[in-house]
Amino acid sequence: MENFKVLTMAEMMANGEKPEVLFWVGCAGSFDDRAKKVTKAIAKILHATGVKFAVLGTEESCTGDPAKRAGNEFLFQMQAMNNIMILNGYEVTKIVTGCPHCFNTLKNEYPSLGGNYEVLHHSQLLQQLIDSGKLKVAGGPFKGKKIVFHDPCYLGRANNEYEAPRSVIQKLDIYLTEMKRSKANGLCCGAGGAQMFKEPENGVKDINVERAEEALQSDPDVIAVGCPFCNTMMTDGVKNFNKEDKVQVKDIAELIAEAIDIK
Amino acid sequence: MISSILFTILLIIGVILFTKKIREVIRNIQLGRKLDLSDRSSERWATMARVALGQSKMGSRPVAAFFHVLIYVGFIIINIEVIEIIIDGVFGTHRVLSFMGGLYDVLIGSFEFLAIGVLAACFVFLSRRNIIKLRRFHMREMTKWPKSDANIILFTEILLMSAFLIMNACDYQLQMLGAEHYSRATGIVGAFPVSSMLLPMISGMSIDSLIILERSCWWFHIIGILAFLNYVPYSKHFHILLAFPNTYYSKLTPKGEFTNMESVTNEVKLMMDPSAAVPSVDPNAAPQRFGAKDVKDLTWKQLMDSYSCTECGRCTSSCPANLTGKLLSPRKIMMDTRDRLEEVGKNIDQHGADHDDGKSLLGNYITEEELWACTTCNACTEACPVNIDPLSIIVEMRRYLVMEQSSAPTELNGMFTKIENNGAPWQFSPADRMNWANED
Repeated sequence: MENFKVLTMAEMMANGEKPEVLFWVGCAGSFDDRAKKVTKAIAKILHATGVKFAVLGTEESCTGDPAKRAGNEFLFQMQAMNNIMILNGYEVTKIVTGCPHCFNTLKNEYPSLGGNYEVLHHSQLLQQLIDSGKLKVAGGPFKGKKIVFHDPCYLGRANNEYEAPRSVIQKLDIYLTEMKRSKANGLCCGAGGAQMFKEPENGVKDINVERAEEALQSDPDVIAVGCPFCNTMMTDGVKNFNKEDKVQVKDIAELIAEAIDIK
Repeated sequence: MISSILFTILLIIGVILFTKKIREVIRNIQLGRKLDLSDRSSERWATMARVALGQSKMGSRPVAAFFHVLIYVGFIIINIEVIEIIIDGVFGTHRVLSFMGGLYDVLIGSFEFLAIGVLAACFVFLSRRNIIKLRRFHMREMTKWPKSDANIILFTEILLMSAFLIMNACDYQLQMLGAEHYSRATGIVGAFPVSSMLLPMISGMSIDSLIILERSCWWFHIIGILAFLNYVPYSKHFHILLAFPNTYYSKLTPKGEFTNMESVTNEVKLMMDPSAAVPSVDPNAAPQRFGAKDVKDLTWKQLMDSYSCTECGRCTSSCPANLTGKLLSPRKIMMDTRDRLEEVGKNIDQHGADHDDGKSLLGNYITEEELWACTTCNACTEACPVNIDPLSIIVEMRRYLVMEQSSAPTELNGMFTKIENNGAPWQFSPADRMNWANED
């Protein structure tokens, strides 16, 4: 990053320090070019709001979510136990993720394997920062724009969190609109359950096209997402309708980072 | 006297047959794997009260919800009348509960209004299925039997309610004519706000003909109810009973939390640390397969789910895979599980417990293509009005395919390999994980 250095847990420990929160970047957030922008936005917000955070860096490994959803319980538990060993080694107590899949797995499926942490999705941390007054958001470049939020399955239905992302977006003085299928009735982007890593089965339509079509019907300026997979799927879906010049697909963290104009 | 004996015999036969079938269903459900759901009982009671009794999840489709409540309330409350019918039938009395006086009038009167409500709802539901032809009632898995099943139930309810109203109308007329055994010195017993409207149709009939009609409807009503009772366990209508235990045993953990397989945990612990303390395994126990190939590999709760399914199709109509034309239908997963379980049960009855018919749920009923189309989005579990969980069955079968058969789609095998080799589902070096922090 330009203005600050992102520290790893190892570096912090070497300095004899402990972070408030571990930022679990995730594989998409580490390697996917589009998702890396979201990762940077989250890091910038954490830095700007004075949250002392660290990442695992090269010690981070896949949570095992796609393996587990695809039925490979062995691989999932191998990943989980290795990750838990590292997390517990650093005495991590609080984690924020940039991905609802990592969030769900760390929060719900690690405890019975020995990994007990307070786990937050980044929308929840943003809401906490706003509520505590550390993060001040007012309008900015999105003021008056029409934004529709696409619920990630693993944040919404899977963990019953529908309000945090919405309340964060609403701080942008925007017009928040809803799709016909939203919140508990939201339609998946098509990438969950390891579908991200394979071609879909034969059908008449791709799921992301179905969902992008629905999002575009609300005629938004921005489709807001909270998941790197949804981001890819919705971006591709919007392109399918040749609307990429008119409608942006952006993660909540990017919207906030741009609105508070931090470098 | 003869009618009392006949009635008692019929009643006993009806109850015995019903009990026999219920025992068979319980036996079949117990074929599933053990699962301890004895925890969190107060939450469980609350869930049952809210979801089954209060029908809280029906409201997402208001038209269906409204008419369903009519049938539910109507059909259940009107069956209080059955208590009286049974006492009258066994002891040869007539309207034995009429000693309640004013309260009795209120009850009978309100039953009549409910009967009209049930009739209206049945006609609405028949038209949704057969005239409007709602899409979810006409999908691939809605073959001949599931369609007829729904229609049979609706027609039966129409006949039962009609018989109830005609019976009351005749009774009212007989009371007014002062017929012996019907009229009382104290005046008219019961209130007949709806059936009294039928009086013009029977006004010319003699007392004898009225008695024959009234008795026919009475017998039809009670025989119909006994027959219906015995039809229920073979039908999608089983949900009227199973909705209660099934919601009681609902999944209470977050929808996104999948079970961690204990058998795998033990092996992984040993792999990582050969001296790890893991529970010792009984060497004589038959090895359990990873995941599910057949119904016996599923838990008893998953099997109970299948019997509780009323094939409404809310799951399938909200499934992203199904909506976009893929083969997967969560409703079909449940119907297949139930059909296969019934088949396994019949095999046990006919050939003994160890019989192997060479068939299995996965393969003969459910195909791999269906399973791999699932996005695990939980739309199906959210939509189900009785908290059935088709997703857990899909995942159990994926586990079998991956861990016992190594037959995941090629791309997924590639993804597994990448996670194993470089700790990410894509081909990137772990050394590059921090690159994002140094770009820009």
